[in-house]
Amino acid sequence: MSPDIQKLEIVARRLRRQIIRMVAAAGSGHCGGSLSAIDLLTYLYFCELRVRPEEPQWPDRDRFLLSKGHCAPALYAVLAERGFFPEQKLWTLRGINSSLQGHPDMRKTPGLDMTTGSLGQGFSCGVGMALAAKMDHKPYRVYVMLGDSELQTGLLWEAAMMARQHGLDNLIAIIDNNKLQSDGVTETIVDVEPIAEKWRAFGWETRRINGHDFRQIQAALAESRSANQRPKVIIADTVKGKGVSFMEGVVTWHSGAPNAEQVQAALKELGGDV
Amino acid sequence: MRLEECPHPVPLIGAALDPMKTETNPRHLQRKACLLRRHIIRMVGVGKTGHIGGSCSCADIVAALYFSVMNIDPAQPDDPARDRFILSKGHAALVLYAALAERGFFPIGELDRVKQAGAMLQGHPDRLRTPGVEANTGSLGQGLSLANGMALAAKLDASNHRVYVILGDGEINEGQVWEAAMFGAFHGLDNLTATLDRNGLQAMGPTKTRLDTGPLRDKWLAFGWHVVEIDGHDMAQILDAFAQAKAHHGSPTLILANTVKGKGLSFAENNPGFHNGMMTQEQYDLAGRELDAALAALDDPT
Amino acid sequence: MTEAVPNRVIYGRTLVELGQGNPRIVVLDADVPKSTNTSQFREAFPDRFFNCGVAEQNMICIAAGFAASGKIAFASTFAVFASMRACEQVRTSVAYPRLNVKIVATNAGLDNAGDGVTHQGIEDLAIMRSIPNLTVLSPSDPVTTRKAVLAIAQREGPAYMRLGRNPSPVLYEENVEFEIGKMIPLRNGDDLAIIATGNMVHQALIAADSLAGQGIQARVLDCHTIKPVDKAAILDAARTTRGIITAEDHNVVGGLGGAVCEVLSELCPARVKRVGLKDCFATSARDYRELLAHFQMDAAAIQAAAYELCGSKSAHIPSRSSARRSTP
Repeated sequence: MSPDIQKLEIVARRLRRQIIRMVAAAGSGHCGGSLSAIDLLTYLYFCELRVRPEEPQWPDRDRFLLSKGHCAPALYAVLAERGFFPEQKLWTLRGINSSLQGHPDMRKTPGLDMTTGSLGQGFSCGVGMALAAKMDHKPYRVYVMLGDSELQTGLLWEAAMMARQHGLDNLIAIIDNNKLQSDGVTETIVDVEPIAEKWRAFGWETRRINGHDFRQIQAALAESRSANQRPKVIIADTVKGKGVSFMEGVVTWHSGAPNAEQVQAALKELGGDV
Repeated sequence: MRLEECPHPVPLIGAALDPMKTETNPRHLQRKACLLRRHIIRMVGVGKTGHIGGSCSCADIVAALYFSVMNIDPAQPDDPARDRFILSKGHAALVLYAALAERGFFPIGELDRVKQAGAMLQGHPDRLRTPGVEANTGSLGQGLSLANGMALAAKLDASNHRVYVILGDGEINEGQVWEAAMFGAFHGLDNLTATLDRNGLQAMGPTKTRLDTGPLRDKWLAFGWHVVEIDGHDMAQILDAFAQAKAHHGSPTLILANTVKGKGLSFAENNPGFHNGMMTQEQYDLAGRELDAALAALDDPT
Repeated sequence: MTEAVPNRVIYGRTLVELGQGNPRIVVLDADVPKSTNTSQFREAFPDRFFNCGVAEQNMICIAAGFAASGKIAFASTFAVFASMRACEQVRTSVAYPRLNVKIVATNAGLDNAGDGVTHQGIEDLAIMRSIPNLTVLSPSDPVTTRKAVLAIAQREGPAYMRLGRNPSPVLYEENVEFEIGKMIPLRNGDDLAIIATGNMVHQALIAADSLAGQGIQARVLDCHTIKPVDKAAILDAARTTRGIITAEDHNVVGGLGGAVCEVLSELCPARVKRVGLKDCFATSARDYRELLAHFQMDAAAIQAAAYELCGSKSAHIPSRSSARRSTP
């Protein structure tokens, strides 16, 4: 079924507004990487993942792991939108008794498949889940979202080797390649390119797309369903801070809450009520 | 089995090699490698376990490094301008000890006391105890990172010394190796040469069935390394590879050395049981005969 | 300098100070130099700074490689990653061969409130002090942080230091004597002793003030060195007061509390109350103080522990003979 691209764009824009509001309310959080990931997450949760918000633990659900766990605001926004929990919860982000922790906590938040935040570990857990599905002859797929700087982490390559070894064609990794990390431009810190060649050398079926183009996202995911003994990776080129002009491509928006003025300006750009 | 009981005593060549003279004749170096294997089996002895397989598979490479390639002087083990060697696959310590002894870093008699409590030669290399050892390895995956630090220090100090590492093919299961690979290439550490002792076997079986790390060449190329693939027992190829590495600029070199685990011992070749294996008396005697025959065949007729 | 400053900012400044005086100093970080403040060194000496990216294990061993090459290597990241992600590398490549690597980890304890559990290092003191050859420090304020950084640079061998995130009030004059392994007495008192470390030293002082108002005189000792721990000060506290409270932004298992109890139980059994995280994970919070209060790790909690030791909330203190026994 062909997705309604316009509708997706509207949803994604709304979720961007939620992210800005959420992080502002929390007083801290990671805007840049949340905004770069939200189009991918919107597509996943509205068109791709077989999940049941009314039954978050449905055994045959597709799994999603946000290995780049610091972008929790994006995931929380899309989970709320999808109906896993009420929208009001979003404004409690990082609060002391909140079900929405600074990084995803699977014991606290409905709809989370794994606790993440320490880079590289979510991906490894995803490999375990995909293996379990194979062992149990289950049809569900496992999707993991990574950040580009996460590719600097050795654990990731351990898991990549394992996935190939075990022919985990039910595992799809999506790299939110926004080219910036905490300390700056990724290629100036420890360059992770050539990304595609690395993954191919590790035996993964590799695709590269514009991570803000829903048609390309759709095509890549549709092609990533073959049962061919090879795990799949989609390198999604994105813009950190996408959608908010003063955040786009700006390293310092890796983390930090926008002030009231910035919130107003961002919401205006995102077509929302201020 | 003690040295005095050994029916095939190893000719002691304990005198230090003249640091100004390096060996260039591949045949002579092959003989050195044989000698190292001879020491290895003597150190392991009968009825005790030892990492025979992985020590023997890289003996040719180690011989090339210690008797030809590296700029080292046993009389000055702390010379800041010395080349560094890190045996990242630290369980192959026996081959390193044999080479260090033969080069004169310590008395050859120490080889007799390997792994004894308080001995200079521990089960895995210890830089605080053993002259000539640069790093405490044994926990796989750390050596390439250490080498990165040393190579970077050399660049910082504008020193021409080089850093050499030997990795195991099972070892590259460790993610840290890939962290180090990415870092080394990013910093253009062309004074760093890593050799991958690809003997196809790891502790419990074939590498392929544990965690297949192939295709290795493509991986290292994708990580930004210059790659040279060789037969790890062909001394001419080994020497040529190290020369290529030295001449290459802009990125570190990975020498992908295809080897045979347990090389030189017929019963140990390609036998996973000799990763950390034990020899019977018969096997020990056979090993001695095979290596002595090999040594004799490589003796310089002049 | 009287205003509160994050100790990690002082760390960054002191690194620059060190770098100016000693060309052997090199600094490494794992993608968080702006948080750890190694960025200050980077700005001053870009050729001697190396960002290893999200690769802590690699970073620690590179630091070891530098040290083996005659450098003095400082390596920084968050406490949770330094002590756990790269634990084995610290142990095997740094501590075991006694290499001159100083691991300075910031954002320790619950001081990393908003990020939540994955980023809160609450086990690092327990882990690091169990590694032989490693000196372990946890300075409390900006003045002693600077002195601690200078001290570990001066002292050959492996060291680990933890620092928090938020601003710390200045507790000392610039000329305070700082010696690795020697606690600093901040306040005298013989009714009980509060041995605190890091951020909790300030909380201890607040508690001691409050207790004094009720006639309970608490000694406050700044235990900036977890290893080697100041046995003499601990034993003196046991012998000359009625009980000891330990306070740390850390699990009560294995850190300062554990170190103090080990000394006492072997040499001078005494009553101890450990204030810290009660062997549980915390949570996210928007304010560090909120977390301390919620998990009973603030001045009020120290006070409550004091009351328990004293037997009641009033100024009445049980007599010495009933309090504890000590070995001769």
